[in-house]
Amino acid sequence: MMIAGIAETDWIALLLTLRLALTSTLLLLVLCVPLAWWLAFTPSRAKVLIEALVALPLVLPPTVIGFYLLILLGPRGAIGGALESIGLTHLAFSFTGLVIGSMVYSLPFVVQPLQNAFQSLGSRPLEAAATLRAGPVDRFLSVVLPLTRRGFLTAFVLSFAHTLGEFGVLLMIGGSIPGQTQVASIAIYNHVEALDYGAAHGLSLVLLVLAFSLLLAVYALNRRFRLVGVAQ
Amino acid sequence: MKVRFQLKRGGFTLDAAFDLAERGITAVFGRSGCGKTSLLRCMAGLEPDAWGQLDVAGEVWQAGVQSLATHRRSLGYVFQEASLFAHLTVERNLRYGWRRVAPSHRRVEWQTTIELLGLGPLLNRYPDQLSGGQRQRVALGRALLTSPDLLLMDEPLASLDSDSKAEILPYLEQLHRSLALPVVYVSHSQEEVLRLADQLVLMDDGRVLTQGPVARVLTRLDMPLAHQQGAQALLEGVVTHQDEADHLTEVVCEGQSVWVSQLSQARGTRVRLSVAARDVTISLVPATDSSVLNCLEVQIEALESDPHPGHVLIALKLGKQVLLSRITERSRRQLALKPGDRVHALIKGIAVH
Repeated sequence: MMIAGIAETDWIALLLTLRLALTSTLLLLVLCVPLAWWLAFTPSRAKVLIEALVALPLVLPPTVIGFYLLILLGPRGAIGGALESIGLTHLAFSFTGLVIGSMVYSLPFVVQPLQNAFQSLGSRPLEAAATLRAGPVDRFLSVVLPLTRRGFLTAFVLSFAHTLGEFGVLLMIGGSIPGQTQVASIAIYNHVEALDYGAAHGLSLVLLVLAFSLLLAVYALNRRFRLVGVAQ
Repeated sequence: MKVRFQLKRGGFTLDAAFDLAERGITAVFGRSGCGKTSLLRCMAGLEPDAWGQLDVAGEVWQAGVQSLATHRRSLGYVFQEASLFAHLTVERNLRYGWRRVAPSHRRVEWQTTIELLGLGPLLNRYPDQLSGGQRQRVALGRALLTSPDLLLMDEPLASLDSDSKAEILPYLEQLHRSLALPVVYVSHSQEEVLRLADQLVLMDDGRVLTQGPVARVLTRLDMPLAHQQGAQALLEGVVTHQDEADHLTEVVCEGQSVWVSQLSQARGTRVRLSVAARDVTISLVPATDSSVLNCLEVQIEALESDPHPGHVLIALKLGKQVLLSRITERSRRQLALKPGDRVHALIKGIAVH
């Protein structure tokens, strides 16, 4: 069945892509706050080591990341094997596996904007808030979050857009199971392999429009927030 | 209140102790890098590695390494840069601390504070739409509105230009008169100390050199303040008479009258006069045939050689108060001045605070 000139299986791949991008981005945003915070303020010498590790996905070929993850998460890998031994299934070729892969791949795109935002915020607003009776969680919600929202916005968009376009890692770890692990970029690849350029065109155009509108929205928002925001 | 703190950071060691008066402004004075800001931050609980002792209003804030978290301390802190929240309007900045204090603990009134600091017209503005002086006034209001038991101010005027300083000083003096709480005011400006401080804690290289009433510490010959180029003494007096014809006001200090340029203060008002050591000359006889208006009978308390070669610094007792005079060693020799001598101090210039 075709909807708007695009096959149903392609719509499914597209929805899966969006779900994957949203899930991994939101998880990353939550998990990276403590890490970015630590990197922004620690005097520890381990900082450079962690920074280099975080930046690694920027330079490694996605197939390398995907390959290692496949080995780790697969039935005989350290993580996959451990899951199997307690009666669960391994994570290769599953949606969870895709989420983990995307998170590793997009990690620097979330950590770096947040770290920059926290660094440029500095500790003074937090100290001021503490002298005004705000506890740690209160300080984070009432001072850090609003003052670094541009950092969060940047992190969200970069990670989301990056996951939309992901290919190598996902192919290695997820394969191409329609409805489960076949994301839009892989579906396009399959269409091209099958010389079905029409279908590849349709899906590519959707991705192009999606990515562009997303970036456009962000740059517009950033412009509006610049007056009061500090971060970035 | 006893305050004691130790803190090591890099090559610098802070080891400072002083008594904090129950009310009034205690100025912590010293050069940049002497540890005065670190001491203040320790008192606020902003230095996690501090060791010390501090009890405020019956509550233990610091006992050894045990430290009460900053947000649990009933304190107000004014930073050198106003540190307002850029994403909040002035009103919401002011309400930030206000609404985090239980209504039953609020002793400072909202409206009074707004009026006292002249914040009414600024309430809807954002911090980046304010001048430096306005920002610092908001920061001060924000700190006061938490009804603190202790107000800590870290060089609140240091980052302001002289116009903004002149704008905010009267507010600080007003506060000084109306607040019944201890204030610690860190400064390296003698001008601010002369105008605002009641007690003075003198710091150098991480330690407290001395402390006491400001007029006393300023004039101690064994302390560096008296030997500064611009050394000043503080006199307290009461306005007793206005001479409208000559545009002069009489202030009585320790039973002797001092004439100053006409003041707006009413009769009976206590005022602070500062007199620079270089503006005081000494005469053995009353100066009746001189243009100098003020000639006070004083007694030499002590003499000390001055860092400027050929000069001596003299502490002169005026009742319970002390004046400083810097004269040449030759004059001292010619007049044969020694402690205990009764002499006349001729004062060329007086500033009123």
